[in-house]
Amino acid sequence: MSKAVGLGKHVNGPAGGLTILERLDLEIRAGEAVAILGASGSGKSTLLGLLAGLDSASAGEVWLCGQRLGDLDEDGRAALRSGRVGFVFQSFQLLPTLTARENVLLPLELTGVRHAARRADEALERVGLIPRSGHYPRQLSGGEQQRVAIARAYAPRPEVLFADEPTGNLDQMTGEHIIDLLLDLRADAGAALVLVTHDPRLAERCDRRLHMQAGRLEPGP
Amino acid sequence: MKTWRITLRLLSQDWRSGEFYLLASALILTVAAITAVGFFTDRVETAMARQGGELIASDLALESSTPLPTEYVAQAGQEALATAGTIEFRSVVVGEQGPQLVQVKAVDAGYPMRGHLKIRDGFDQPDREVGSGPSPGAVWVEARLLRLLGADLGDPVALGKSQLAMGAILSYEPDRGGAFVALAPRVLINRADLEATGLITEASRAEHRLLVSGEAAAVERFKKRVLANLPAGVRLIDGSSARPEFETAVERASRFLHLATLVTLLVAGAAIALASHRFVERQTDAVAVMRCLGAPHHLLMRVFMLRLLLFGLAASLIGCFLGWGGQLGLMAMLSDWFATDLPAASLSPVLVGVATGLVALLGFALPPLFQLAQVSPLRALRRDLGAPRGSAILTVVGAAAALALLIVWQAGDLQLAWKLLAGVLGAVASLVVAVLFLVHVAGGLAGRARGVWRLGLAALARRPAGAVLQISGLGLGILALLVLAVVRVDLLRTWQESLPEGAPNHFLINIQPQDVEPLREFLSASGIDEAGIYPMVRGRLVRINDHAVVPSDYANPRAEQLASREFNLSHGVVLQSDNRILTGDWWGEAGASPQFSLEQGVAETLGISLGDQIAFLVSGRELSAPVTSLRQVQWDSFNVNFFVIASPALLGSEPATYITSFFLPEDREAMIPDLVRQFPSVTLLDVDALLSQVRQVVERGVLAVEYVFLFTLAAGILVMYAGIQASLQERRLEHGILRTLGAGRRTLLLSLAVEFTAAGVLAGLLASIFAELTGWLLAEQLFALEFSFNPAVWGVGVFGSGLLIGVAGTLATYPLLIRPPLQTLARAA
Repeated sequence: MSKAVGLGKHVNGPAGGLTILERLDLEIRAGEAVAILGASGSGKSTLLGLLAGLDSASAGEVWLCGQRLGDLDEDGRAALRSGRVGFVFQSFQLLPTLTARENVLLPLELTGVRHAARRADEALERVGLIPRSGHYPRQLSGGEQQRVAIARAYAPRPEVLFADEPTGNLDQMTGEHIIDLLLDLRADAGAALVLVTHDPRLAERCDRRLHMQAGRLEPGP
Repeated sequence: MKTWRITLRLLSQDWRSGEFYLLASALILTVAAITAVGFFTDRVETAMARQGGELIASDLALESSTPLPTEYVAQAGQEALATAGTIEFRSVVVGEQGPQLVQVKAVDAGYPMRGHLKIRDGFDQPDREVGSGPSPGAVWVEARLLRLLGADLGDPVALGKSQLAMGAILSYEPDRGGAFVALAPRVLINRADLEATGLITEASRAEHRLLVSGEAAAVERFKKRVLANLPAGVRLIDGSSARPEFETAVERASRFLHLATLVTLLVAGAAIALASHRFVERQTDAVAVMRCLGAPHHLLMRVFMLRLLLFGLAASLIGCFLGWGGQLGLMAMLSDWFATDLPAASLSPVLVGVATGLVALLGFALPPLFQLAQVSPLRALRRDLGAPRGSAILTVVGAAAALALLIVWQAGDLQLAWKLLAGVLGAVASLVVAVLFLVHVAGGLAGRARGVWRLGLAALARRPAGAVLQISGLGLGILALLVLAVVRVDLLRTWQESLPEGAPNHFLINIQPQDVEPLREFLSASGIDEAGIYPMVRGRLVRINDHAVVPSDYANPRAEQLASREFNLSHGVVLQSDNRILTGDWWGEAGASPQFSLEQGVAETLGISLGDQIAFLVSGRELSAPVTSLRQVQWDSFNVNFFVIASPALLGSEPATYITSFFLPEDREAMIPDLVRQFPSVTLLDVDALLSQVRQVVERGVLAVEYVFLFTLAAGILVMYAGIQASLQERRLEHGILRTLGAGRRTLLLSLAVEFTAAGVLAGLLASIFAELTGWLLAEQLFALEFSFNPAVWGVGVFGSGLLIGVAGTLATYPLLIRPPLQTLARAA
């Protein structure tokens, strides 16, 4: 349902052109959890950005939720993401001026979901943060902030969830708890999960593992 | 609906989280300043006009040589305005020693409606103020008349068919100001006695006046109504046009006030610009995340616009409220300065305040807001992408458009507005270029410096864009302080000095040619300096180029009045010290060809330009000559001045009387009886009361301007704070890293001190240059005052600002140093 065909990304830097991704093919099926592993700078986050329609490819085509991204402009891609795609970032990316609950409400309100408040509360309850729903991000620990981010990603019940190093800023124990939550919620929602990580143990728990090396994808063990 | 919900949520959070504090402070301050000045000038200008009204003993007067239609009284009544009538004419009184020519004024019981009469109960008695004229049966006379009649108070005098008792010596009438022509002694009677005298018939030559007073708005409505259908021969006189001396003072006061507001607006505008920039920068991540979550571009723009508008509205209303409080404070402070109760403020300053707030906010914040629309959702994944660069052109155009609109609006004078705007844009452009150059120099120095000097100077050079923003902001703040501390004092002092303690308070008119030299000797022997004795020839303007001057051709009542009356023309060789040639040349020699020099205002009113051929009818002869110069006259100097001066070749041979003015201290007034005895034909006019009125306006004006500059001071401090805050976020990360790498607190503190002191010195240097330029431009161009360069500006500007910014900046960033590095890094992430 989401796929990339012949995907390429080139950028022009001060030291000349640089190829980040080259002729890359990938297919993600509904409900599937795919881990993308690779060293720093191997192009994992760039791939994630392209798959999610956050960036434009230099070559090839990307389909997201069955829709060809090349046919859409920036706003069209945003509309496609709205409610159907969720994100979990390494640095959480909660809006600092909104409370935990308001952060979860935001994508629901952007999508225009009915009973948004109830849905937000359900999502927060699912991640065990109802007692802290009135707190601001700066009043929460790293693990709690990431749980809010997961609640925010799942609240609209997306078809695909993109997670960029979701445990990168967390200690091991908290990280594991976050992974449990991420996978459980994915299973509940029946969403596909594209997980960028360099943590093999986290990757282990996904249905499929792909290795990123020199701008190309290779199947993992 | 969705837009509103998201906007309101973000807005309420912005407010609670303090995200908007800086921007809100800048906006509230701007609006408070504009509104306070709006309320204040609204009320004070009305009060000043009323003060001017004292010169016509009312708020408004209608004047005609025939009885005024009674419908005016009815119209004034409809507006709930009070009226009183006066009739002035020449007649003869007969006392025991024979007849004497007098100028009679018959007044209603309501006269004077503004100001007071002053009378004495005997030659040796002091003046006392009274609120109304003589009661029926009594006549008040000038002391001169008692002497001429050889009579005393209480003696009867015949006026027409009536016998009246001389009840008091008349010392002062508020509305006598311009009556240089009234050479005969003046007498005041009750209008109820007029009919019995049988002196006034339909055909009598008399000046009828209807005085009108009441609530300012009603007076204004009445004025409009009357002006809309003013019959020929009826003139409308209001307070401000009563005397040029007074008009100049009021005009300067209001110029100073508006200028102070404009300076506040400009400085607070810089604070708004800095704060908007910071606000937008801090929204970048939020926008990226919302784009990731699927928010379309148009929704985000709508949300941000609405958020800005609602925020602007709320901040502006708070500003209005504070402004209202501000002017109340000022009014309480000045309450005893105003003779009359101040009229209530209208609501229009609130509208002006809110509109100003919104225009300023949109002008300064919209361009950076548009920049937000360019944020890539990818930034949520990759922080290294940074915030999108705003379009410099868009930013400048937005800010310039907002400034232009506000300046034109506030200045109410298109030419002044353009000059100011060009000046401001020029100053900002040169500020940016100079800062870039100086930052480049600092970078060069950093390469050669060591230790904290290297860190400090490199920090300045590393962020040229940030440094430009910061130093320009600081520069503007310092500029405001310098203008406040030094230039303002200079300007206000110069203004006050334009009306020195020894300004002439007495005029002598009707001096005969043979009396000129003896009078000069008399004054000199009495130890009195006269400010020149000038010839005066009366003439009516009859032609401008080939067109005959017909008073009714002028739509402007003042022009009509000027065209219908005789001018006091003078001639001379030396230009008076309080006159300045604006265009053309002054002849400067006795043998110069026939020509005229006109006061600029009167030339403008009558539509006369440099080079026009004009003619005056003098003693039945038409004297024609070109206008070769236009002069600016400092009317409030209280020296003798003339609208029209001719070269001696033109008027030198015409029969003239002479006029002079001098300052007479109170303790020397004993010489007056001698003067009157020795020069019986000379008329003495005491303008002390008028002088003190003008002086009061000046002092009141100075105080008001000082007060308004307090807002400028606050704006200056705010812009400096915004300048320091501008780089705080970046510093947080830098300091975390430097401390992690082992840099000691002392090292960092010193490097901060170096950086901020250097920024302060640079900003101070630039601000000093601009402060001097501002002072010079304002003095020369706007206020026609002499300006002297002030070395204190440089001392205060450069060293004071280095010290102030150095200390304030270091203190503001000090909290970053006392936190553990990890905490600082975590907050910066």
